[in-house]
Amino acid sequence: MVEFILNNERINSNKPTGSLLLDFVRHDKALTGTKIGCREGDCGACTVLIGELIDDQMKYQQVTSCLTPISNVHGKHVVTVEGLNMEDLSPVQKYMVDEAGTQCGFCTVGFVVSLTGFCLANSAPTYEGAIAAINGNICRCTGYKSIERAAKHVTNSLANKDTNETVNWLAEHKFIPAYFDDIRSLLEEIEPAHIIQGTGELVGGGTDVYVQKPDELIVKNVGTIASDPGLRFIEIENGTCILGGGTTVSDLLESEALRQLFPRLSEHIILVSSSLIRNISTLAGNFVNASPIGDFSAFFLALNAKITLTENKQSRSILLKDFYKGYKDLDKSDGEIITSISFEVPTNDSHFNLEKVSKRTHLDIASVNTAIQISVVDNAIASAHISAGGIGPIPTYLRTTGEFLEGKEISTENIKVANEILQLEISPISDVRGTADYKRLLLRQLFFAHFIKLFPDQITLESLQ
Amino acid sequence: MKNIDSKGHVTGKSIYLDDIPTIQGTLFGVIFDSPVAHGHIESIDYSKALALPGIQTILTSKEIPGENQIGGIFPDEELFAEEDVHFQGQPIALILAESEHIAFQARKLIEIKITEKEAIVDPREARKKNQLIFPPRTFSLGNTDSAWSQCAHIFEGQADTNGQEHLYIEMQGAYASPLENGNIRVSSSTQGPTAVQRTIAKVLGMGMHKIEVDVVRLGGGFGGKEDQATPWAVMAALGAHVLKKPVKVVLHRMDDMRMTGKRHPYSSDYKIGLHEDLKILAYEVIFHQNAGAAADLSPAVMERTLFHSTNSYFVPNVKATAYSCKTNLPPNTAFRGFGGPQGMFVIEAALVHAANELGISAHELQKKNLLQDGDEFPYGQIAADVGLTQIWSDMEAKFDIKGAEKRVSDFNSKNSDKKKGFSLQPIAFGISFTKTPMNQARALVHIYSDGSVGVSTGAVEMGQGVNTKMLQIAADMFSIDPSKVRLESTNTTRVANTSPTAASATADLNGKALQNACYALLTRLKKSAADHFGSAASDIQFKDEQVINSGKATDMTWNQLIDQAFLERVCLTENGHYATPIINFDKEKEKGHPFAYHVYGLALTEVTVDCIRGTYEFDSVKIVHDFGESMNLPVDIGQIEGGLVQGIGWMTMEELDYDKKGKLRSNSLSTYKIPDIYSVPKEVLIEALETEGAEQAILKSKAVGEPPLMYGLGAYFAIQNAVRAFNPDAQQTFDAPFTHEKVLMGLYQI
Ligand SMILES: Cc1cc2nc3c(=O)[nH]c(=O)nc-3n(C[C@H](O)[C@H](O)[C@H](O)COP(=O)(O)OP(=O)(O)OC[C@H]3O[C@@H](n4cnc5c(N)ncnc54)[C@H](O)[C@@H]3O)c2cc1C
Ligand code: FES
Ligand code: FES
Repeated sequence: MVEFILNNERINSNKPTGSLLLDFVRHDKALTGTKIGCREGDCGACTVLIGELIDDQMKYQQVTSCLTPISNVHGKHVVTVEGLNMEDLSPVQKYMVDEAGTQCGFCTVGFVVSLTGFCLANSAPTYEGAIAAINGNICRCTGYKSIERAAKHVTNSLANKDTNETVNWLAEHKFIPAYFDDIRSLLEEIEPAHIIQGTGELVGGGTDVYVQKPDELIVKNVGTIASDPGLRFIEIENGTCILGGGTTVSDLLESEALRQLFPRLSEHIILVSSSLIRNISTLAGNFVNASPIGDFSAFFLALNAKITLTENKQSRSILLKDFYKGYKDLDKSDGEIITSISFEVPTNDSHFNLEKVSKRTHLDIASVNTAIQISVVDNAIASAHISAGGIGPIPTYLRTTGEFLEGKEISTENIKVANEILQLEISPISDVRGTADYKRLLLRQLFFAHFIKLFPDQITLESLQ
Repeated sequence: MKNIDSKGHVTGKSIYLDDIPTIQGTLFGVIFDSPVAHGHIESIDYSKALALPGIQTILTSKEIPGENQIGGIFPDEELFAEEDVHFQGQPIALILAESEHIAFQARKLIEIKITEKEAIVDPREARKKNQLIFPPRTFSLGNTDSAWSQCAHIFEGQADTNGQEHLYIEMQGAYASPLENGNIRVSSSTQGPTAVQRTIAKVLGMGMHKIEVDVVRLGGGFGGKEDQATPWAVMAALGAHVLKKPVKVVLHRMDDMRMTGKRHPYSSDYKIGLHEDLKILAYEVIFHQNAGAAADLSPAVMERTLFHSTNSYFVPNVKATAYSCKTNLPPNTAFRGFGGPQGMFVIEAALVHAANELGISAHELQKKNLLQDGDEFPYGQIAADVGLTQIWSDMEAKFDIKGAEKRVSDFNSKNSDKKKGFSLQPIAFGISFTKTPMNQARALVHIYSDGSVGVSTGAVEMGQGVNTKMLQIAADMFSIDPSKVRLESTNTTRVANTSPTAASATADLNGKALQNACYALLTRLKKSAADHFGSAASDIQFKDEQVINSGKATDMTWNQLIDQAFLERVCLTENGHYATPIINFDKEKEKGHPFAYHVYGLALTEVTVDCIRGTYEFDSVKIVHDFGESMNLPVDIGQIEGGLVQGIGWMTMEELDYDKKGKLRSNSLSTYKIPDIYSVPKEVLIEALETEGAEQAILKSKAVGEPPLMYGLGAYFAIQNAVRAFNPDAQQTFDAPFTHEKVLMGLYQI
């Protein structure tokens, strides 16, 4: 049984735990404000908010209900637009009207809910943050300029927000209805769920499996880890960083510790999916889905990360680069769960970079991606871990290229030769994301980009021509 | 006035097709479609699907009581394929089940055997094989043959534009319910309620009077629901007719993308000749329109390509020929601009080609050849009230063209990793349906006895704000509070024989019909008031719900007058009719005056290309636009911003991808990308041209739906400009969209 709060109503549902939140709100509850635009996470018409009680504070995030099984909202507060409506329009709604941020209106609810999610964040509001909150919402009518103007007003109207008492402040200032104040105590009454093992498949955020085979899953009980707080942690101990197997992409981005380790983290992560997806998708899901263009596979391959797999309390750890055996073929038994991910904390002389190019710069799967972690001592490369995606059947650890670079100087010549080696390590094919020739050229350029970005004084585009 | 729907939209209370409460017993329809692009059906085994619990039935062409035919312009398209299939995604049968989920499960159990035939996807190949939808057409002016010898410079080349998926966020759908006496009521997400009604009647073999089609609003249309909303509505109606139960058919996104046609891809050849003084002397162009497997609206789209083949330039000698090529893609259809943008792209390419070869800026050539009052279009209409010269100098004055050019070249000389490019894109877009009889509309107005007003027109609201404009007209004319006016759904029983909501002309046509209805009512009401005050009807006016007699306020309110008129048995209902005057077109001669007026404008686009990665960002687009006298500036600005971004999408990231066998590879939102919030120009500035407005336009407020899409063409040429700044050896090709892939390949082409 799944228990949660939907707007201000308590829900106990006996539906299959794999059934979708979208269908639950639209069909079972006839809350038709939430729309269906794609059922694959790519439009945001189905956006709802999910609120969780974390460290004694309500944390709300906007997510796609079309990929969220109801099992993943156990013990949480689900908010649809109907749960945001008050007698008067909220400031978010009002500014969308005033700035003509809505035309046909089909996308609009998604924008309103996402922008309200932005208001509910327990952090100081910025305009970039407002735009990031709606970066998974697609509008075909407005060209977004009017929505940008609305977002600007919303940001300004939050200038005095009390981030310690966000919900309170917002309710007081009529951004959200007053019932939000009572949600926390209602949630406390619900028994938390630990890995609910269903008969079906294990689901992380659902952002991969529900795109692949929704028909199969919606009639089943699925296993879920999203509601298990025991799997969501980020710790640094003895020079090792350990992330729980349920860590989401947004958890990664919001981690102060990781932002310090990777100063460009937000620059990298903005290139991956959208806020709506990042709020639910897990790193482990990215590894296991084994897409050759998984961005976090590339990211963690370059960190030479290890994963810990657990089944029936038996655990083993392997290097991520050994996890991928062939196209969608993993060193993992069906019952094994990734319970943690770990990597050595980069040293001061090490540098990290991620590059990704796709047809659309944001909210798109890479044509090619690549990451590098390189440590340089006295202008000599001490170690180089390089990964790339989109250029072969699996997320690829470019072993030979890395080995070649070890011990070499950072020089134009060495980088050019390394590229020639790299080109022998890859085997791209032509598909909807680009021709093989393009992918080869693109990887060369992105490989160069690592050095241009990390060593601007030594390496320039001109010198590499 | 704000869009009257916007409060409903932001609160989620607006009702779209899929939100209509489900009637008990409703069956859900899922379409079984052709897995291949061309072939002969040998056999289909439905038995396993039919055996699935929850399946009601599967409808095929055998269950059709009337004609198995949905072609709008030509009868060349079956509702359900019988023997042969002509495109991947072509409907073969409708599965009806208790739930959508069950119907989808059943679809997987249908076994079909098809002998595949060779598929044609390239329009040039179709032309070679003489696979044409209808015979080619040529528009000509002067004599190009004799003009070439006077040209100092002649350039020839090829220019191609790919198609474009509409990607309305609300998918196609319809909901049909059986009524008594065999009548059927259909809610449809369509731009053309009458087309839906007519086609259902034909397929069911009954009179149009037995079919009622109702449209509340669309979650986007863009032309994709002009003709292609029809099949699903017909299927739902067929289901309701056969089973006597309500039937709902709402496509899933991938089905929608696979089964429906798109903007037509074009492949064209041009030849342009310039005089020494850089005036264009002659222009020849051959368009190959990729029509897909059936005519759909292709003949009309192709016609508009010809109408706009010279865009906003005067060319004294023109020969423009177009072939509508039959291929094995889904029948391509209307899309904002309706063939016009495809025609304009080619002459823009020709001008850029010429400018590059001559080593001058393209905008010099553009400016030199701008259309002037009195110039003749290749189709015989004489250009009037051309705002282009004024627009160009406004652009120079307000947005500093020279400054932009200098900014770009300064940046480029200082930066090696990044290059900027810029372009100017003028537009001239003709307003009216090019088929003259379609330029008519009606509006039905009821004044209720309490003074409130109901308005029905043939216009369909799809985000463009037409209902808001209609409401403004009625409230203004009666001088009553807008809250007293209700815009009704678009319904074939209230307003019949409508033209689709298309061609940017809907507000003009329906607005003028509405004005006529309001005039007639006002005339009767004035007489009633005049009788009361013993004055003449001409002395009576209405202001802020008050009756004015000879310039003085009276104590009679609007409501009192209505009450009085009702008791006097004055008719408080009126049906207004409007047909655009002047326009005509003779297809024999290919000459006439097809457009009520033209909309003009100019866009200045600046882009920055990342030369390491081959990506780009648009810094700004600055527009001077001819609104006429806008009757609702926020609504009209919204059309410009939205149209611009849609046009940029078509020119940049939106890459429609059919493989050689006619299978759609870009078949979902994860593989077909439209602009997101980060890909729009950082700055969009819009200035209105000061003008008197056009008489033929509603309240002199010019049509604004389609024209701004064509500002997006500038994106292509701006990117090309930047790529050539980095790599002057980049081969000059005109092949939109300019994807990241094409940019990188261009930057590093040797
Ligand atoms: C709109 C959209 C955009 C996207 N954009 C990107 C992108 O830019 N870059 C990118 O790389 N990916 C992208 N993805 C893919 C997807 O979001 C990622 O792969 C994501 O990390 C998957 O995580 P998840 O938790 O949602 O996986 P799920 O779908 O829940 O699971 C995927 C697989 O992993 C298994 N699994 C999940 N957790 C565990 C665990 N702890 N142990 C063992 N097995 C587990 C599941 O059983 C399943 O087989 C996108 C997806 C969508 C819908
Ligand atoms: S319906 Fe498109 S993201 Fe959910
Ligand atoms: S308003 Fe139509 S999709 Fe955004």
